[in-house]
Amino acid sequence: MLKRLLLASLLGLSVSTCTDQRSHTQAVYMLIDTSGTYAQEVGKAQKIINYLLGTLQSGDSLAVARVKTRSFSEKDIIAKVTFDNRPSQANAQKRAFRDKIDAFVKTVGGSAYTDITGGLIQGGMFLNETGAGRKTILIFSDMQEELDKVTIRDFPISLKDIRVVALNVVKLKTDNIDPRRYMGRLEAWQKRVEGAGASEWIIINDIERLDSVLGKS
Amino acid sequence: MTSNQFWMIWPDNPMASALILFVIAMPFLYAARKLVHELFRSLGHMIGGPLRLGARWLFATARDMKERNRQVLLAHGREEVGQTIEREFERIGAMVTRDLEGYPALQRKLLEEITRVEEDYKKCGEVPPPPPEWVEAVTAIAKVKSDGNEMVQRILEEIKRSVGTIHDKALGEYRRAYESRHKILNGFMPFWRSLDKTFGQVDKKLTGLQDTSSKIDAQMEKYEQINKKTDKSEHALTVSAFTQFAIATLVLAIAVGGALVNFKLIALPFSEMVGAGDYLTATLRMSDVAALVIIFLEATMGLFVMETLRITHLFPVIANMSERNRRRMLWTAIVFLFVFAGIEAALALMRDMLAADRQALVQSLASAQQVAPPDPLLRLIPTSAQMLLGFFLPFALAFVAIPLESFVYSLRTVGGAFVVMLVRVAGFILRVLGNLVRQLCRVLVTLYDVTIVLPLLIERLVKATRGDEDARESRPMKKAA
Repeated sequence: MLKRLLLASLLGLSVSTCTDQRSHTQAVYMLIDTSGTYAQEVGKAQKIINYLLGTLQSGDSLAVARVKTRSFSEKDIIAKVTFDNRPSQANAQKRAFRDKIDAFVKTVGGSAYTDITGGLIQGGMFLNETGAGRKTILIFSDMQEELDKVTIRDFPISLKDIRVVALNVVKLKTDNIDPRRYMGRLEAWQKRVEGAGASEWIIINDIERLDSVLGKS
Repeated sequence: MTSNQFWMIWPDNPMASALILFVIAMPFLYAARKLVHELFRSLGHMIGGPLRLGARWLFATARDMKERNRQVLLAHGREEVGQTIEREFERIGAMVTRDLEGYPALQRKLLEEITRVEEDYKKCGEVPPPPPEWVEAVTAIAKVKSDGNEMVQRILEEIKRSVGTIHDKALGEYRRAYESRHKILNGFMPFWRSLDKTFGQVDKKLTGLQDTSSKIDAQMEKYEQINKKTDKSEHALTVSAFTQFAIATLVLAIAVGGALVNFKLIALPFSEMVGAGDYLTATLRMSDVAALVIIFLEATMGLFVMETLRITHLFPVIANMSERNRRRMLWTAIVFLFVFAGIEAALALMRDMLAADRQALVQSLASAQQVAPPDPLLRLIPTSAQMLLGFFLPFALAFVAIPLESFVYSLRTVGGAFVVMLVRVAGFILRVLGNLVRQLCRVLVTLYDVTIVLPLLIERLVKATRGDEDARESRPMKKAA
């Protein structure tokens, strides 16, 4: 009897040591800019979220948060979910998530200021908590940060091992007058994000290319 | 002067410097000639010797392996032919038992039929009694001359009438007798047919026996050839093993295709049971592994069924089991197979439901409008097909045991032949390398002599001069003598 138990435990031990302990899940945190006129673009953001819901698998995590005057708050997270290991349950969770986003899209209103940095800090914290193997922050914004006088964001942030993807970075009226402003804005963000320890900085204006980015390990 | 030019005796003229150095070095090279030659030869022996030795060892190993392979091949062939002969004998035994069991009845039937035929024949031989003696009397009276005597004529007419009546009666009796004999002869027909049929059966059985006997003769001939270890039998067995290997590989490849289809059917629903987020390696999910394990278990159960049915002989332990235990094991394996088949059918249904659910979700995510559900009949056909496949594939996989056995046994021969070939190739390469090294050393010796050709020429001239002087000195001495 003792021998059998020993054998069974040895077998169990060998299986557990054979199992790949690394996390193979991915977590995506999507920031949606709802400030000013960019709030009109929320329909495109909804399509991206639907695409994410169709792409992410069981065990993956997804959170969608809005960027407004001050975005470093859990209250700004519109919906978040970690998909169940069972595909049927995961599908049900995806449906519920889609319903929440649909409700948000119908009621969304513009904000006076745009706190992208606060959203990034919040997103980084959320992603680190998930413990996912691949972590991505999607920023659906024109990347024009505007802070009120009391909000402080000019300090180093940490986005270690997180991939940051800027989506649908539309050109502002001032960018059309002087394109260097647009380039400079993007360069400044790249510098800030890479300085924060992000693994990658990607800009995608064509949503069709999102597939290749999210599929990449 | 740079560090690269330190050796230049004539600055900025490498050619001249090299030439001067060569001329200086030449006497030393000449002096070291024997030693350098020895060194090259030793090097040749040092490297070439082990290479040649290795080649020889490899060839010897290849010979041993070939002999061992031959022994295994012949032993396996002997066993196989022995089993075939045993089976043929069993068959012929069953045939003889079956036919001889019915033989006394057949013989009795034949005897009865022959007796009846004989009796009937005898009856046919019975002829009606000969005409009575009074016929002669009538003949004598018929010769009497009437000469117009009325009395005599009346008597004769009376006699004629009586004779006519008797004649008609006798003729009638004759006809009746022949009629009855014809009837008897007619009654012969079924007996003849029955006899013909019985003899036909006997002939068929004897032909069957003869065929089986000739098969046994052929197998015995093969067995004798194998026992004599003839090259012909070895060649035949090798060819047979290669053919078996090719066929078994092909069938196994088909079975692997079936297993893949099976895997596709149950992998997704398994993620519902063991979870889709656990990974065994970077790309291998636990749910996939679980599905593979189930498929392997099914194949194993099929293997046990085949073993317990004594169709395959991969496990001697199962073959040597008592009849009772063997039957128990057979039923256990069959029950397991049925359970697995049931599970697979259910999983196939679940897979279809999950796929449909996912499809509906993706469609709803892609478009705001609700898509109309597909025709139920259209959905029913693939669902039923998947369930049927899920149920029958485990049973189909059970038959993998047969090609697997052929593959395992033929692999020994094919693999053995392949390894022998590899060892021989390695031996050949080593031998070529050994020879190359030795020849290279010889070339180096010659090249060395070419570089010191001037001192060698001088040596030859000196030797030639000395030879002439010696000859001149020895001639006067001869004259004086």
